[in-house]
Amino acid sequence: MAELSLADVRKAYGRVQALDGVNLIVRSGALVAVLGPSGSGKTTLLRCIAGFEALDAGEIRVDGHRVATRGAAVPPERRRIAVVPQEGALFPHLSVLGNVAYGLDRAARRAGRVAAVLDLVGLAGFQDRMPYHLSGGQQQRVAVARALAPRPPVVLLDEPFNALDAALRAEVRRDVWQALRADRATAVLVTHDQAEALSMADEVAVMRDGRIVQSGPPELLYASPADPWVAGFVGEAVWLPAAIDGDLARTPLGAVRLTPGDGSLPSGPTRVLLRPEQIALAPPGAPGTVSATVARRDFYGHDAVLALRLGDGTPVAARIFDPAAVPPAVGDQVGLRVHGTGRVFPRSADPGPTRPPASA
Amino acid sequence: MRRFLPRPTLAAAATFSVGIALIPLAYLGVRVGEAGWARITDELITARTGALVVRSVALAAVVTAACTVLGVVLAFLVTRTDVPARRLFGVLAALPLAVPSYVAAFVWVSTVDGFEGFWAAALVLTLVSYPYVYLPVTAALTGVDPAQEEVSRSLGRGPWRTAGGVTLRQVRPAVAAGALLVALYVLSDFGAVSIVRVDVLTRAVFTSINLGFDRTGALVLATVLVALTAVVLLAEQLTRRRGARYARVGGGAPRPPTRLRLGALRWPAALAFTGVIATALGVPAASLLRRSLEGVSRPGSIAELATAARNSLGVALLGTALTVLLALPVGLLTTRVPGRLAVALDRLTYLSHALPGLVIGLSLVFFGINVAYPLYQSVWLLALAYAALFLPLAVAAVGSAVAQAPPGLEEVARSLGRRRSYVLRTVTVPLAAPGIGAGAALVFLTCMKELPATLLLRPTRLDTLATELWTQTSVAAYAAAAPYAALLVLIAALPTWWLSARTGVPTRGGG
Repeated sequence: MAELSLADVRKAYGRVQALDGVNLIVRSGALVAVLGPSGSGKTTLLRCIAGFEALDAGEIRVDGHRVATRGAAVPPERRRIAVVPQEGALFPHLSVLGNVAYGLDRAARRAGRVAAVLDLVGLAGFQDRMPYHLSGGQQQRVAVARALAPRPPVVLLDEPFNALDAALRAEVRRDVWQALRADRATAVLVTHDQAEALSMADEVAVMRDGRIVQSGPPELLYASPADPWVAGFVGEAVWLPAAIDGDLARTPLGAVRLTPGDGSLPSGPTRVLLRPEQIALAPPGAPGTVSATVARRDFYGHDAVLALRLGDGTPVAARIFDPAAVPPAVGDQVGLRVHGTGRVFPRSADPGPTRPPASA
Repeated sequence: MRRFLPRPTLAAAATFSVGIALIPLAYLGVRVGEAGWARITDELITARTGALVVRSVALAAVVTAACTVLGVVLAFLVTRTDVPARRLFGVLAALPLAVPSYVAAFVWVSTVDGFEGFWAAALVLTLVSYPYVYLPVTAALTGVDPAQEEVSRSLGRGPWRTAGGVTLRQVRPAVAAGALLVALYVLSDFGAVSIVRVDVLTRAVFTSINLGFDRTGALVLATVLVALTAVVLLAEQLTRRRGARYARVGGGAPRPPTRLRLGALRWPAALAFTGVIATALGVPAASLLRRSLEGVSRPGSIAELATAARNSLGVALLGTALTVLLALPVGLLTTRVPGRLAVALDRLTYLSHALPGLVIGLSLVFFGINVAYPLYQSVWLLALAYAALFLPLAVAAVGSAVAQAPPGLEEVARSLGRRRSYVLRTVTVPLAAPGIGAGAALVFLTCMKELPATLLLRPTRLDTLATELWTQTSVAAYAAAAPYAALLVLIAALPTWWLSARTGVPTRGGG
């Protein structure tokens, strides 16, 4: 358990500015997800925290002790920051026992720490296996157990669930989350998967071009993104051109109430952000609805997302949670109704990337 | 807090190692410098020196080209085709490494009448040194990720185009490393060229010393050899792609490689393979066997043979230990902290490797007498000569072995609170151990075979198999020499056998 803080951390590789002034505070015992597209600098950030890379500027502190600054660094072995690399990186010549015990002193080994952490990640009794006899998910769990075994105050996870298939990923994620909690370790999880970041983390820091553009609790990030890019990156966005009228926005989907406490309104043309789950279906022509045509239907099992087109051509999306009961087909006319409030942004700004909706 | 320097201890240790290995070369420089410029230019600028240089370079070029073709073709046949009796061929093809060049030359000269001159030397040197290409290429071909070949096939390239465009491209570093070793081996060979009477630089150096009155001339000629070596190294460096790393990426257990079907060519290929092995191994084996039977019948020879064998093993082991120890930091540095220092140190080790053992020996004799007298006439000075001569063999082995342990593993290990030295001991070295072991076997083998430096530096009355053999052949006692040659080849064959077996050529599952 330790607080991790980064102030204005910079790191360049040649002319590529991988980290361009990163500021981040991870509370003691919290799990923070660093979410960003590939190439945004997340892995570099992790390597700087671990001590595998030297900083060009800024500083990193653990519990107030400075561990890295320009030109000087505490070597990785003295930082007590454990790492779970992307592919697990188990020592191929050591058994599970040898891997997990690697960072332990003799007393901890005797005290049964290995069995305890293996139990924590759901691999009790696997001590004598060799890494090549383990499945991908088991290897990843061993890597987590190995990182947690010496009870490091800080654990860094570098896209640890990437290589796993969807079903296994959810399971391993849950086990890892529980293991981290049981140890009350401060954790930084690097990922490009917004579902993973939102579901696991106490706080999410969104990274772009070597900077953290916004950080906060997942709910806040999803509901109040700082800019249209973040809005599009953390989830699927529905953008509606809007004219502001007091606390209402007049949109092609009718009047939408604005999220209160949103600060000053932008000048000039505006648009409103809604999430697909805020748009509900109704029978066509029902009072208080706007009619639309179904253009595409993406079925996910637990829900489905309809791509729709309004009468004036505006594209919108609606998430429906009981797709089996009401299966609208492509080309059907439906009525749409908006729930909740919308956030207002200037119309000119970059709409950001389009993301597939969360399916997990 | 610690100043962030790229591994200062390692850099210092590597520099120290190379410094030790460069003692003979440095001392050679000192001695030549004492001769004065006028004397040096007189010695250098002569028609004879020019002819010597041309002949040395031509011999090195011919043998290197022949070894590259032979080594790559044999390695490809063994690892990637369905040629019959692959496993047997795979091991046999590496065994000529156990035949010292002077033994091979002696065998051919005593078997074929009038066997001498340039092409005789080229044949003998090719037959003994093609394994320097064959072994690393075999290992590299076994390690190539078959997925890349599969991708090439799926993109519409046939098996032969895939072999040329993907497989052989990937083993390019191994081919280049092997060819470099061959070129340097030929430049510095002394035994074979002396026996088949080709006037090249090494032989001229020896003649000068042997006549006893022209040590400076010999040393100056030796510096020409050093310069040639530097040119070869530079050329190899220029063709080497910068920063090319062929470490395997991604997880998953390695799969055995796919094999090409030779079809109608299967038996002709096997026949050609048999021809190569018969020439490289069969001829020396038959000849040595026949003459040994004549030689061992002499009373008392068994005891002498045993003593010589024990001495050979002893000095070779000591030399191997010192060489591998010095190679560890250098090999680590070249793979883990690539950069100017690493490249410079790596290249420097080759400089003394290319020197004839004779010159190294001579330089160390002077060094022992004038500078380090306590070492003079001790096995330590001989071990130092071996280290100076064979350091690059071990460095290359350590380097490629360490590349098998991805840096990511070391990082994880350090993040678990372990110091660099502990990580080195528990992660890097165990993972690299098989490769380092192979390097040690290669050095051991080469020490066993080494002749001229051993002749000069061995403590008085310490006879090894190689020196006994030389003494007998120089008085034309072929029958008396043969048992030493046979035993030398047999002992050297053991590590060679192991080396070729561990490249995994013929084993099941491609492991």
